[in-house]
Amino acid sequence: MPSIGIVGYGAYIPRLRIKAEEIARVWGSDKESLKRITQEKSVPDIDEDTVTMAVEASRQALLRAGIDPKEIGAVYVGSESHPYVVKPTASIVAEAIDATPVMTAADLEFACKAGTAGIQAVYGLVCAGKIKYGLAIGSDTAQGRPGDALEYTAAAGAAAYIVGSKDIIAEIEETYSFTTDTPDFWRREGESFPRHAGRFTGDPSYFKHVISATKGLLEKTGFAIDDFNYFVFHQPNAKFPLAAAKILGIDKEKVIPGLVVPYIGNTYSGSSLIGLAAVLDKAKPGERILITSYGSGAGSDSFSILVKDLIEEKRDLGKKVEDMIKNKTYIDYATYVKYRRKLKGIGE
Amino acid sequence: MNDMFEYMKPKRDVAIIGIGCTKFGELWDKGLKELVVEAGVKAVEDAGITGNELQLLIGGNMSGGMFAGQEHMGALLADYLGLNHIPAIRTEAACASSSVGLRIGYLAVASGLYDFVAVGGVEKMTDVYGSHATTALAGAMDQESEATIGLTFPGVYALIARRHMHEYGTTREQLAMVSVKNHKNALNNPVAHFHKSVTIEEVMNSPLIADPLRLLDCSPITDGAAAVILAPAEIAKKYTDTPVYIKASAQASDTLSIAARKDICTLEATRTAAERAYKQAGVKPEDIDLAEVHDCFTINEIIAYEDLGFCKKGEGGKFIEEGMSEIGGKIPVNPSGGLKAKGHPVGATGVAQIVEVVEQLRGEAGKRQVSGAEIGLAHNVGGSGATVVIHILSR
Repeated sequence: MPSIGIVGYGAYIPRLRIKAEEIARVWGSDKESLKRITQEKSVPDIDEDTVTMAVEASRQALLRAGIDPKEIGAVYVGSESHPYVVKPTASIVAEAIDATPVMTAADLEFACKAGTAGIQAVYGLVCAGKIKYGLAIGSDTAQGRPGDALEYTAAAGAAAYIVGSKDIIAEIEETYSFTTDTPDFWRREGESFPRHAGRFTGDPSYFKHVISATKGLLEKTGFAIDDFNYFVFHQPNAKFPLAAAKILGIDKEKVIPGLVVPYIGNTYSGSSLIGLAAVLDKAKPGERILITSYGSGAGSDSFSILVKDLIEEKRDLGKKVEDMIKNKTYIDYATYVKYRRKLKGIGE
Repeated sequence: MNDMFEYMKPKRDVAIIGIGCTKFGELWDKGLKELVVEAGVKAVEDAGITGNELQLLIGGNMSGGMFAGQEHMGALLADYLGLNHIPAIRTEAACASSSVGLRIGYLAVASGLYDFVAVGGVEKMTDVYGSHATTALAGAMDQESEATIGLTFPGVYALIARRHMHEYGTTREQLAMVSVKNHKNALNNPVAHFHKSVTIEEVMNSPLIADPLRLLDCSPITDGAAAVILAPAEIAKKYTDTPVYIKASAQASDTLSIAARKDICTLEATRTAAERAYKQAGVKPEDIDLAEVHDCFTINEIIAYEDLGFCKKGEGGKFIEEGMSEIGGKIPVNPSGGLKAKGHPVGATGVAQIVEVVEQLRGEAGKRQVSGAEIGLAHNVGGSGATVVIHILSR
């Protein structure tokens, strides 16, 4: 079987930012203790949503892949903020990038890991020879109840990955998933904001799944920690991925390059995938990346990815994560409330 | 106001022949049942008896109703422990729930009416949101004059701390030293919630909760259970080589509302209960080799030093600063790590303190052993001092 992997990738981060200390100013929270969580987060502009960000990220991925969009046989969009409850995001995205009509499309939801679930789905179809290329996207305009701890991190962003077997820039060597029924975070039908189980979201949820999936991948591949140059973990805040690395005995320096949460917040389905894009923006051929996503509810998908020679000539064809992080305009809390249409939620 | 011991002697002495305690912490995979069974079975096994020999079961629990939706805890304990038909009682006195239970168990054996009594305590606190837990705990204060105006326990103890600093010059650093010491002691306690040392700077820079108290001044929300087995002293040696005797069991009450008190820098119920306890046991504060005291907030340990007579009023800050309460100091306080670092599953805390004192007096406390400990004291506070229970134990 030929090597199968990423032929193009792209990310999108909205330009607007709100500083954590601006949110803390409004709610009277302790600014010092926020520093380890995040510094600022991205905010979607009034005309941005999960669809527009998914399209932007997909276009960057197409620029790098250099393929005819009509050759994409499947588009899956993972998100927990699909604009429609019924009516897919994926069909809008597929149409916008001119991949329709002879193809399949669907929306996925698994809290923050629906994007990596999409990658596994298209990877499977490519491996089976049923499609030539598949596009998987993680895109979210995450919600946080006003005043809730989530409000400091719930951000917006997207990342798109085109998987195929020809001209790959990074090989997907293996994938491993770990899933349980763990209700740590949820949003029911019709509710505007998610609820979470406080400290239960830590040890029995994030850490149990991220660590189990990562260890499972290492065992399945026979690789050791030292075989990897970079580790990207789902990043709901800056503390959790570094704590997971510490538990696994991973050098912090291997995590920092993919740690984007301090600058853009938690982009949910985009989170670990934007981190992976940041690493692909700078990784050298022959280097190996381990990425583990996490979705509440709960599960983790882990991937072993080997960077190939073609990365050198492809990566400059699209926008870099670092440049998108730097391109920013700050807004105050009042503007943020207006753009995020949060006024109705206060006191709910 | 008299305590019965001022005119009556117990009919017989009482010994603790078995102890059991669960790990304390955020025990996500354990419910009330697992906690009760683990502590109960450990205590029965430690005593070398069978459950069928028990004649009375007493369990302290502050708020099973609000933390777990579970009331009717007395019969539930009997059910979980497989001791159906035994008389079973749930005692509630806020954070002093299980030491009130121990006192009732003590009275039952001392009166000659019961021989083998199991006394435990349990609290499952992490199944609810932090804000919900704060509301449940606020049930221990005067709803009408305190809780309804928005006061919470961190708020009550912050007022007490601020006043103590004002009256006696107690410093922010001295409060932090209590947390540092108790976290250090907990490092050597396998069942402790936290195994993490903290520095004075870390305590003083931790998030502000209720000025001047910060996060690391506050005991945590903890799951856990503890149990002891009581028996008449005269037969205790048949069951254990190291019985520990209850020399005093004293309790006192005060107003629930701190606003109704003459002085908020002292817990009158501690002073009264201590006076009764020292008299019953025939000992003085300086005879105490170690004490487990109710450090729900750091200020409360400093006030306990003073009210228990370990130092003069107003000198509690100096007492911690001079290392008097360290293991190896004049009177080691909270060698277990205390409520701050061992953890504070409210309904279990009183009996858990007793478990620590018994381990110390048996010489089984490992690296946190207070050498040559003969007499130990346990001080358990309900609310902001509306209930205080003090037990003095000896080898």
